[in-house]
Amino acid sequence: MPPDQLNHPIIYFDNAATSWPKPVGMMAAMINYNEQIGGSPGRSGHQRSLDAGRVILEAREALAELFGCDDSLRIAFTKNATEALNIALSGILNPGDHVITSSMEHNSVLRPLRYLESQGVQISIVSCSGDGRLDAEDVRAAIRPQTRMLVVTHASNVTGTIQPIAELGKIAGHHGIIFCVDAAQTAGALPIHVDEMAIDLLAFSGHKSLFGPQGTGGLYVREGLEKQLRPLMMGGTGSRSEFEGQPDFMPDKYESGTPNTIGIAGLGAGVRFVLAEGVEAIRSKEEMLTTRFLAGLAALPGVTVYGPPDAASRTSVVSFNIAGVSPSEAALEFDEHFGILCRPGLQCAPAAHRTIGTFSQGTIRFGFGYFNKDEEIDLALEAIQSLAGGGAPH
Amino acid sequence: MEEQRYVVFLFPSVSYALKAEKILKVAGIAHKLIPVPRDISSDCGVCVRITEDKQQDVERELLGKVGWDKVLLL
Repeated sequence: MPPDQLNHPIIYFDNAATSWPKPVGMMAAMINYNEQIGGSPGRSGHQRSLDAGRVILEAREALAELFGCDDSLRIAFTKNATEALNIALSGILNPGDHVITSSMEHNSVLRPLRYLESQGVQISIVSCSGDGRLDAEDVRAAIRPQTRMLVVTHASNVTGTIQPIAELGKIAGHHGIIFCVDAAQTAGALPIHVDEMAIDLLAFSGHKSLFGPQGTGGLYVREGLEKQLRPLMMGGTGSRSEFEGQPDFMPDKYESGTPNTIGIAGLGAGVRFVLAEGVEAIRSKEEMLTTRFLAGLAALPGVTVYGPPDAASRTSVVSFNIAGVSPSEAALEFDEHFGILCRPGLQCAPAAHRTIGTFSQGTIRFGFGYFNKDEEIDLALEAIQSLAGGGAPH
Repeated sequence: MEEQRYVVFLFPSVSYALKAEKILKVAGIAHKLIPVPRDISSDCGVCVRITEDKQQDVERELLGKVGWDKVLLL
């Protein structure tokens, strides 16, 4: 191993991809499930099976509390936010339907939509501003009689730009349109209240700001909507076993097969951590880290920053470029010589890069998290300065 | 002495039974999760058993929070 990698402690700035470290309780909950419980939830009726079911219920209840939902059974667990989005999109939309989305979406929204488009669904992609902002009035203008659904990211995974979800929820509600929010970047990081924001479908990731392990995520479904929402998978649910038809009620309709119980045990602990710390406190710290970083970047010549200028308008995600250095070169330098871990390129969101004008080269993306420190930000600014100052020709 | 009579609340799935269990625990009403008796249903689930005299209290606690399919005398 090259000496540089041994000498530098890791500065983990890729929380937008997956969070690290996790709170101590996450692993403890998973070990506890493995050693003390085991058992298949909802299947066998013996004490270990029931205990496994209780672990899952507790995770559901913690999430319901976090999202301001009064019925925890409105939440179905999926393996990630992408699966939740696929259920929401292909489960609702039929050929001839019209769906509205934004130009800042992740491929986990766009790819299912492009496939549905090939099957006869009409899509309108509403353009966002150069710093990634969606104007709710532009969405209103795109509504047609056939508009069935509005699907929008709560915040961009490229620029961190926070979209006006509450305003969009009002517009969707007023027009009887189903409102689906991609909260992969925001669950746990920003306040989300499904009733106040009039959200009908909320797709969330378990392994980012909810501090669960990978392999967890879920979909909140507004009461009654499950009657229209087709599942992606069908199969054994441990309920109504005498029937060969899929259950038509929450959450079983979308939870076929054995769940990732050990993962959900970890997710439950992660969500309890977020509730204990408070989303406001987490947000405040992340905003301070971002403010410190943006201020430092502004002082460096040769650095271009994308997205809104103020930390209040974005999550703790910053995309930037250094003149004369490609993003992948920079990311490699950061990793090998400074121990800074980040994500270069298009971050699975080519549409967002087209919107901000970086499709050809991509960007360097830093994603700060609750466990990052001021000193790490300062070290990163020094690293960027050294690359910007003596940037290698490409 | 009269023998204790029980009723069972049947639910759509175990998720509902466990949610009901949590509500009853908080409410302090004695209950037990038991496998659904075979003569009632072939479901591989569990149901909530309570003493007959508590049926109305339980219905009041669960109403609006978790739906049940039926209540049967054991």
